Amino acid sequence: MLELKHLSYSVPAEQGELGILKDLSLTIEDKKLIVITGPNGGGKTTLAKAIMGLVKPTSGQILLDGRDITDLTVSERAKAGISYGFQQPPRFKGMKVKDLLSIAAGSELGHDQACAYLTQVGLCARDYLDRDVDVSLSGGEVKRIEIATILARQAALMIFDEPEAGIDLWSFARLTETFQDLHDQKKATVIIISHQERIIRLADEILLISGGELTARGSADEIYPLILKQTLTGCNMLEVDRKC
Amino acid sequence: MLNDVQKHILQMVADMAKVPAQGAVNIRANGKKEFRQNSEHITIESKTDRDGIDIRIAPYTKAESVHIPVVLTESGFQDKVYNDFFVGEGADVTIVAGCGIHNGGECDSRHEGIHTFYVGKNAKVRYIEKHYGEGEGRGKRILDPQTVLYLEEGASVTLETSQIRGVDDTKRYTKAVLSGKDSEIVIQEKLLTHNDQNAVSEMDVILNGENARTQVISRSVAQDGSTQVFYPRVQGNNLCFGHVQCDSIIMGSAKVRSIPEISCNHVDATLIHEAAIGKIAGEQILKLQTLGLTPEEAEQRILDGFLR
Repeated sequence: MLELKHLSYSVPAEQGELGILKDLSLTIEDKKLIVITGPNGGGKTTLAKAIMGLVKPTSGQILLDGRDITDLTVSERAKAGISYGFQQPPRFKGMKVKDLLSIAAGSELGHDQACAYLTQVGLCARDYLDRDVDVSLSGGEVKRIEIATILARQAALMIFDEPEAGIDLWSFARLTETFQDLHDQKKATVIIISHQERIIRLADEILLISGGELTARGSADEIYPLILKQTLTGCNMLEVDRKC
Repeated sequence: MLNDVQKHILQMVADMAKVPAQGAVNIRANGKKEFRQNSEHITIESKTDRDGIDIRIAPYTKAESVHIPVVLTESGFQDKVYNDFFVGEGADVTIVAGCGIHNGGECDSRHEGIHTFYVGKNAKVRYIEKHYGEGEGRGKRILDPQTVLYLEEGASVTLETSQIRGVDDTKRYTKAVLSGKDSEIVIQEKLLTHNDQNAVSEMDVILNGENARTQVISRSVAQDGSTQVFYPRVQGNNLCFGHVQCDSIIMGSAKVRSIPEISCNHVDATLIHEAAIGKIAGEQILKLQTLGLTPEEAEQRILDGFLR
């Protein structure tokens, strides 16, 4: 079980501090598929990074299976069973796809195993295993390889940060099936940050994060209408008095 | 007979745990011929006018290799050798060179390997050269190689050079003259310096032949207080294509200069260069940490991949 207790994160601003996460408390049960959604800049990625240890909260606590992991390093949290798929994964000159998958798996992966992970993200192993994870790959390809590393990692808690971003429609359909499979297997707790209805519909529960706070929580049927209702024009001033 | 230190160096620079049963072999240890073997279509002979060997590869030789490693274990030894390769028309061979110095004493040890290749029509050569230094002595380990290549029509050469570690000073010079139509050379240089080591690598690739092509890929890692300077120069004198790519990772208080030069002397010459120097991106380390590596392990994996 993952517990966040009064988690806050703020950054220096022109006048005082800007709160990115504001006294956020929540619990996520094991083996659930949770989708975190909400407007851009609402704190979703910061929250995910705080769980992985990539962002150090200003205050509050993070507990994994009752153990306080707030002060653990990223490496220690990875060993404790947390994995995180970056929204914009870095590239590595000279590192091959199969090397990255093997690092993720913790041991040298056989061809068939590596192939299985790539297939789950809609890539053909024959074309990709020996390629470098560098600028020769498109954004969508790097993103799918990133997701494959999380699958290879087989951590108890998997966090995917906007896995659909940059991925074409055909690959996205395959990816949705993979998340459905992960859910059906019930081997891991899966947290997906997403704006896609098809992914939101897979969730056991949806967390709506906005303005650094948890503003709603519930099933897809409960939360999805709320999201649609809150759709903005993109300009709050325009919403209020039709003048900007 | 090679001793254990020499055998270890052979393994490092030429992947030779033992003498290959097939192919031509010449092992040079402390300036002397230690072992030689010819193969069916490849002969190695000592030069008569100066120190060195002539390697003659008969036309259309296939599936035969050449191993010519050099080992220096005598502290203070200064070795200079001229090796000429004559690669016959249509041959397809792999040549493994490489030099390793073990310096356990106070005097500087130095090897200058001057290699000249005459690559015949439609011949294909893969040349692999590794440089390595070790030993507890304060004497420097110095390697100053010169590699000069002449390519005839349709000839194709891949040059894979790497300085693994432990070389205190190196001045490398590589020159390739592609006079033949449709000739091609790919140069892959990998270089690691550490402590207070210095490395200078100069390169001239001259594209004279119609449709001559080159690709120069230089990757280096400069650690601690070491310095590196790169001068890859490509000249296009005909319809030709050249691409130079220099990438360096800089660490500690190291210094790296990269000065690629491309010069076009023909309206149909297309030459491109790219150069980048920078430290390891923090995001890369963090990504590998999320996969369970420590920051130190992550850094090593990134460097290993970069210099693979």
